[in-house]
Amino acid sequence: MRKKIKISINGESVEVEKGTSILDAAKQTGVIIPTLCYHKDLCIAGNCRVCVVEIVGQKRLAPACATPCEDGMDVLTNSFKVRNSRKHIIELLLSEHNTECTSCYKNGGCELQLLASEYKIMNQDFINLVPFHNYTIDMFSPSIIKDDSKCIRCQRCVRTCAELQGVNALTMSYKGDHAKVTTFFEKAMNDVVCTNCGQCVNHCPTGALVEKNYIEEVWNAIADKTKHVVVQTAPAVRVGLGEELGFDPGTRVTGKMVAALKRLGFDAVMDTDFTADLTIMEEGTELLTRLKGALVDKNPTIKLPMATSCSPGWIKYIEHMYPNYLDHLSTCKSPQQMFGALVKTYYAKARNLDPDKIVSVSIMPCTAKKFEANRPEMHDSNYRDIDYVLTTRELAIMIKQAGIDFLKLKDMHFDRLMGESTGAGVIFGATGGVMEAALRTAYEIVTGREVPFDNLNITPVRGIEGVREASIKIENTLKAWSFLEGVELKCAVAHGLVNAKKVMDSIVSGKSHYHFIEFMACPGGCLGGGGQPIPTSPEIRAKRAEAIYAEDEGMPVRKSHLNPEVIKIYKDFLITPLGEKSHHLLHTKYTPRNRF
Amino acid sequence: MSTSYQLKRADFIFKNENDWEDVLRKSISRPPNELINELISSELKGRGGAGFPTGLKWKVTSEEVNDVKYVICNADEGEPGTFKDREILSRVPFKVLTAIAICGHVIGARTGYIYLRGEYFFLQNELNKAINEFEYYCKEIKFDFKIKIFMGSGAYICGEETALFESMEGKRGEPRNKPPYPSSFGYMGKPTVINNVETLAHTYTIFKYGSKRFYDLGVQYSRGSKLFSVSGDTPKPGIYELELGMSLADFVEEFGDDDTKAVQVGGASGFLVPRKRFAETNIGFQGKLVGISLPTGGSMMLFNSSRSMFNVLDNYLNFFAEESCGQCTPCRVGCQQLLKGIKAVKRGEKNAQYLDKMLKLAETMQFTAKCGLGQSVGNSFSSIVENFREEMIY
Repeated sequence: MRKKIKISINGESVEVEKGTSILDAAKQTGVIIPTLCYHKDLCIAGNCRVCVVEIVGQKRLAPACATPCEDGMDVLTNSFKVRNSRKHIIELLLSEHNTECTSCYKNGGCELQLLASEYKIMNQDFINLVPFHNYTIDMFSPSIIKDDSKCIRCQRCVRTCAELQGVNALTMSYKGDHAKVTTFFEKAMNDVVCTNCGQCVNHCPTGALVEKNYIEEVWNAIADKTKHVVVQTAPAVRVGLGEELGFDPGTRVTGKMVAALKRLGFDAVMDTDFTADLTIMEEGTELLTRLKGALVDKNPTIKLPMATSCSPGWIKYIEHMYPNYLDHLSTCKSPQQMFGALVKTYYAKARNLDPDKIVSVSIMPCTAKKFEANRPEMHDSNYRDIDYVLTTRELAIMIKQAGIDFLKLKDMHFDRLMGESTGAGVIFGATGGVMEAALRTAYEIVTGREVPFDNLNITPVRGIEGVREASIKIENTLKAWSFLEGVELKCAVAHGLVNAKKVMDSIVSGKSHYHFIEFMACPGGCLGGGGQPIPTSPEIRAKRAEAIYAEDEGMPVRKSHLNPEVIKIYKDFLITPLGEKSHHLLHTKYTPRNRF
Repeated sequence: MSTSYQLKRADFIFKNENDWEDVLRKSISRPPNELINELISSELKGRGGAGFPTGLKWKVTSEEVNDVKYVICNADEGEPGTFKDREILSRVPFKVLTAIAICGHVIGARTGYIYLRGEYFFLQNELNKAINEFEYYCKEIKFDFKIKIFMGSGAYICGEETALFESMEGKRGEPRNKPPYPSSFGYMGKPTVINNVETLAHTYTIFKYGSKRFYDLGVQYSRGSKLFSVSGDTPKPGIYELELGMSLADFVEEFGDDDTKAVQVGGASGFLVPRKRFAETNIGFQGKLVGISLPTGGSMMLFNSSRSMFNVLDNYLNFFAEESCGQCTPCRVGCQQLLKGIKAVKRGEKNAQYLDKMLKLAETMQFTAKCGLGQSVGNSFSSIVENFREEMIY
C-alpha cells in the first residue's frame, strides 16, 4: 500500500496514493480534464498540453497527465488562466490541422473535433498553416491510410508502434515546424516493416491514420444482382460490434449481427468460426506430425517449436524481423483465408454456383486481414479467395447507413454448410484461444480422453500477461500415438508483438524449450484488434474477453473435431487433414522481407 | 535610476593557472559535504541562463542513493549570440575537467561526459588530448574517474538538459516531462548533475580560492562574475568577464557605439531592452535590486538605429520555428503562428490588433510549453512587440 496524500481539486479535498497523476486524481472526484496525447495503453507523453491545469502558487500551468500529485497541492482545472490557455491550444491544433471535417472518414469520431465542439471554437482566427506544409496522403497500403494533414503530432501512433508492438514502423522525424510522424526514409507504409496490425489506427485520435475502407465496393457488390455475395464473420467481431451500436463493452451480439448482415443484403452469412475449427484440425494434425518427425524420426529439417499462423500481423512481423525462422510457422492459412479458398470451391460446388460470380467478403477485427487477402498467394481457388475485408467498424458504418435499429433486431442463425461453429472456434478471438482449442482437440486425438482441465477450460493459457506458459503431460496414449507417451507438451502464448519479440528472441538464443506457441499481433488477441471499435483500453479488452469465454461456455459443442460441418467437409470434400486437397487449399508459404 | 555601480572587470576564468593537479588533489581529499557547503555559501548560480543554485543541485544529487551517477558538462552552446563556452574549452580545458571530476567526487559519480555542440567538432581533438592527460593524472593519484566526449548533432533543443539526455541515449532530442528531475532521473535514468561549461569553470575558482573570493564579487542575489559574449553593433565585440549586477546603461556606455537602440539580453530566448529602459535594467538574477533584473547566459547583442526590430524578431522566430523539437503544441504551432502572424500584420493581411492576440498567445506559450525553449519564446516576442509596436506594423 502506497502512502496516501491529500490534495485539493477545485476546492474539493481528495485523498490519493502518492504518485497518482493529477489527471487520475481529478477523475476520482468526478472532474474530467480533456486529453489528446494521453492513452491508457501508452506511456505518458505530455506533449499536446490540452490537459494543463493550474497549481495555485505556480506561474506555469502543469500537464495533468504527467504531473504527480504532491501533498497539499491546490489544483484548479477550470480557472480563467486554464480555460484561456486550453482554448489557445485547441485553436493552435486546429490551425495546423486539415479541418475539412465533413469529408473526413473520422467525422464524428475525432477527438480533436469533439474538443473543438466542446470549447465552441468559433472565431478561430489564427493563420491556417495547412497550405504552408507539403502534406501527403499515403494510400499505398491495402490496410491503412496515413494522412499527414490531419496529424496533431500527439505521437500516440508512435508510442503504440514502439511500446505495444515493438515494430517502430512509425517514428517522429524532423523538428520544429517540420516535425512529422513518418516511416523509414519516408517510404510508403506498404514498403516498410509496418505489419498492418492497425493498432495505430485504433489509437489515433484524429483521421490521420484510418483503415482503408471498402464499404462502397461491398455495397456495389450487394447491389449487383449477378453476384452472389457471401460474408464471414470472425469470432472477435461478435463481442466488439455492439460497442459501435449502442451496447456496453462486453456485450455479445452474435444473433443480431447475423440478422443485420442478412438485412444488409448478403446472400449467405456464414462464420469464420467454422474455418477456425478447421484450422484446429489441420494445425493440430500438423503439430502432431511435427512432433513425430522431430522427436521420433529426429528429422533435422522439421522445426520446433511450431508457431501459429492465424494472425496476419504476426506473419508479416516474422517475415520482416525473423526471416530465417519462417520454417517454424505452421503452414496453415488463417481461418479467413481457408474460408476464402473453400467458398469458391467447396461452397460453390455444393450450392451449384459459378465461383466467378461469388463475391467473398469477410468481417474482421483486423486491418492486417486486408493485406492478407491481398497477398498474391491467396488465389488457390483460382480466383482471389477473399474479395473484400471489412473491419468491425466498417460493418457498423454499413449497419447505420442501412438504417437498421440494431438494438431491436431479433437474433438469427448463420447459414448452413460453413456456418456451424464450436466453443473452440469462438475462443480464437481471445489471446490463448487458438492454443486452448488446439489442445482440446490434439490431446483427445492422442489419448482418446478430454483435456484434464475442469470443464475444458485450460485456464493457464488464458489471461492478460504478455507471455504465458502451460504444459500438459501426455499419458496413456492411444496405440497409434504411443511415441508421444510421457512427453510433456510445452506451450506458450504471446500477444502484442512486443511480447512476440521476447519469445522469438528466446528461440533465436536457443533457450526456448517450447513445442507449440500461439502468437497474436494485437494486445488481447483479435478482440483487441486494430479493426475493433475505438476506444480500446485494458478494461474494455477484458470485458470483450469475458464475453468470448461466456460464448464458449454457452456452446453445445466446444471441441473443433466435433463440429458437424467440419466432419462433413472431411467426409465430402477434403478427405483427411493434411491431405492433398487440404495441402492445395488450406496451406500456404511465407516470404522473407526486408527490415526497414 | 542606476545605482552607483560601475562596470567591474574580473579575471578568473581565463587566468592562466597551471595548478589544476593541486586543486584536484586537494579538493578530492575534502569531504563532499564541505565542498557542497563551499559552493552553497558562494551562492553560485547556473551560468547557462536559468540560474539554478549550483550547490543545491550538487547537494540534492549527492543525497540520491544509487551506485551509478553521472556528471555532465553541457557544452551544447547554441543560444544565438553566445560564444564563451568554446573559448573556455579551448583555453582552459583543465579547469573544466577538474571541476567535472570534483563534482564526481562530491556526488559519487565515476563517469563524466562533455556534451559538445556538433558545430564544435574542431575542439574535439585538443579536448581529447587534455582528457587523456587528465585521466593519466587521475590514475596516478588513484582517483577512479573517466571523462568522455559526446558529440551533439546540431540541434539547439539538445542544450535543454533532458533533451540532451535523450540525445545521449541515442534517442530523438525531445525534452522530458519534469518531474522527475535530473538529480534523481537523468542520463540513463541515473542521478545526474548537469552543469554549463562556465558554471563548472567557476566552481574551480571557488574550490581553489574559497567561496568568499567569489561571493565578494557581484551584488546580492547575483554573486560572482560572469562571461559576457558581446556582439552586434559594438566597436569591441568579444568575451568579457564582468561582475554581475551592472546596470545596462553602464554596459552600453562601455560597449555601445553611441547609437545603441536596444540590447538583447540573454540571446534569442532572452529579453530585448529598449534604450529608455537601459538605466533601470540590471544584469543579474531576479532579486530585490532596484528596477528590473535580467538573467543571461551571457549573450549581449547590441542593436543601433540602423536595425529593423521587425527583421530582428523575424529572424528569432524563424530560428525558433525551426529549432523547436516539435513535440508540444504551444511551441511547435505557436512559433509558426507568431512568425507567420508578424508577417501578416506587416503585409496588412491582419490588422494591428492581431498583435495583441499574439501577445496573449506568447503568454500561453510561456505558461504551457513543455520546456524552456517554448516557455521563453515569448520573452523576445513580447519585449520586441511591446517596445517597437510601430516597427511591427509599418
